[in-house]
Amino acid sequence: MTDREAILARVREALTVTAPKPGNHGGGSHHDPVVSPGPGAARKWLPAVGDTFEEMVALFRANSAELKTDFHLLNNVDELTQTLTRLREAEGWRRIASHNGELARAACETLGLPVCGTDAGYDVNEMEKCDAGVTECDALIAQTGSVLVTSRSAGGRALSVLPPHHVVLACREQLLADLPAAFELIKSKYAPNYPSFISLITGPSRTGDIERILVLGAHGPKKLTVLCL
Amino acid sequence: MNAAVRQFKEQSRQVSGDLRHRKLIQTALGKYEVKRDEKKAAFQNWQAARQAAAETKWEAINHLDQHLVDLVRRLEARGTIVHWASTGEKACEIILGIVRDRKARSIIKSKAMTAEEIHLNEALEHAGFEVVESDLGEYIVQLRKEAPYHIVFPAMHLTRGEISELFARELGSAPTDNPEELTMIARRALRQKYITADIGITGANFAIAETGMISITENEGNARLTAALPKVMITLLGIEKVLPRLEDLALFLPMLATAGAGQALTCYNSLYGGPRQPGEADGPEQYHVVLMDNRRTELLADAEQRDALHCIRCGACLNVCPIYRNVGGHTYGTTYSGPIGSVITPHLRGLQDWKHLSYASSLCGACTETCPVKIDLHHHLLQNRRNSARQKPSTAEKMAFKIAGVVMNHPWLYATVKKAVRVFQPLHKLVKGTRLDPAYSWTQTRDLPSAPPQSFKEWWKDRAT
Repeated sequence: MTDREAILARVREALTVTAPKPGNHGGGSHHDPVVSPGPGAARKWLPAVGDTFEEMVALFRANSAELKTDFHLLNNVDELTQTLTRLREAEGWRRIASHNGELARAACETLGLPVCGTDAGYDVNEMEKCDAGVTECDALIAQTGSVLVTSRSAGGRALSVLPPHHVVLACREQLLADLPAAFELIKSKYAPNYPSFISLITGPSRTGDIERILVLGAHGPKKLTVLCL
Repeated sequence: MNAAVRQFKEQSRQVSGDLRHRKLIQTALGKYEVKRDEKKAAFQNWQAARQAAAETKWEAINHLDQHLVDLVRRLEARGTIVHWASTGEKACEIILGIVRDRKARSIIKSKAMTAEEIHLNEALEHAGFEVVESDLGEYIVQLRKEAPYHIVFPAMHLTRGEISELFARELGSAPTDNPEELTMIARRALRQKYITADIGITGANFAIAETGMISITENEGNARLTAALPKVMITLLGIEKVLPRLEDLALFLPMLATAGAGQALTCYNSLYGGPRQPGEADGPEQYHVVLMDNRRTELLADAEQRDALHCIRCGACLNVCPIYRNVGGHTYGTTYSGPIGSVITPHLRGLQDWKHLSYASSLCGACTETCPVKIDLHHHLLQNRRNSARQKPSTAEKMAFKIAGVVMNHPWLYATVKKAVRVFQPLHKLVKGTRLDPAYSWTQTRDLPSAPPQSFKEWWKDRAT
């Protein structure tokens, strides 16, 4: 018998006895069973999000501030150009990494720096030398201040985590209310041919492993900038 | 007394009196509590969310066979190589096989409690391979050749001074008491390791049956780098990690972050559905998933305690446990410490050897109340006590209760014993607290109340006359 057969046999044998229903113990904490929460059911319990675009932007902005994400809502392409140029000058960027995409290409042209492109494969040592990774994304999530990226939308797995500064380019239509909406989007956009990597990025890389003191830039980017057109 | 009991007793005595340790843990957990309460309050209904999470896990665990089959079919459809391991040794063997096959020289690893459980690093190092832990806390305890102190905060027991000394000694860095500088020292030391490693090994937080994906939660980005750069990626996960649907994560990810570290959402929540796909820029050529049982099915067979498999390893029960906070994480001598460790270790490693952990509890129920998936932890501790007594009754205890029964049933005998106690108790002082003391296990840390000169019954009688 293979390990697969043995494990499945043990599981099936164990499950011939039914376990008591969950959560109905510990006096006073009884709750009506919710029975198989369907898609979007979690919305009722998760932190509240407003309905309008303005409320969602305000929440994304507040979450960004707490997470130390640098968030800019931009009104036109000129403002995007100005913001990118300012970042390049302030941090003295000399080289960036990026990928194919309408917004990403426009940003690279604006910056006018040597670009390590990831689309056709890349040399990891080259990317390591880049000052920033500029990527697009699938969505922004107001509820948590997160950026949803995939290997398809954001130039692979390493681009958004290896360089010390991750710059995200998004547009207003990409702002979603909450986490259930993010997972609905992943399904409607990709199923059944999902990208091999999907990630919710919530703020710059961080650690609290030394005396629970927050330090940014543990292994991933020290800075996360979200530019929303 | 077996070695595990002896070490638990000795170390808990020592650690609970260590003021420096107490201060460090109270400060760290104090900060955690403030953030956790803040994030819990942001939920519209935390209690209903707990109930929903408990029911989702119940559904996952009570249909585990079907979910496992679905998960594996969908992983394999995208080119992932899935291995099944009945035991920890088998899982080590499989991983060693992959490493040898690839003629790997260096291995980078992100945090995995399953790997701690089966001592994977020792197995790999013993076979001559270099393994580097990439999570900062894990890296620190690896350099100290220690086990993680806590399932979420592995280096919580160390001060920045100790970490600075460690880095100076092991990495030759300049001493500093700035946590940011210390973090940067580790960042620099590990950067090249990611780039040169042939193999990346990770653990997993959830496995999604519906879409065939492995979900990994982390703050530092080390797991993401481990999954992005090496040519081969291996994920080791326990079979109980399955969730039925992708959207279940919309609830579980924020609950894990809130209960585990007082965050609304952990910095990186990533899903891996296979090796690099056609048209993708990077990612491993090969993706191996090792599904491990290692006696989880024994816990599954105990319907009464099956919900212990709902555990999402957030560590919340450790953080609120008065025992954990006093005796510390290493004292348990187990991979999984705190209340959840005390519940599951007897199932994973033998009831008779680990039953003592179920007695190391005040049964206050703080663990049960805080658990985000509503595991009935403190009642399971009681059930472990009952099961161990039933399986191997203690002769001394049985005798004691038999004698007490006889005494209580005969008033004249009871009166005689009372008188005898009054006569002999003054003599007790001679042996009190020494090994000759019959009540040693009580009197070494506590006073034995002295028998009153007169019992209530005698007093009543005197008063009436």
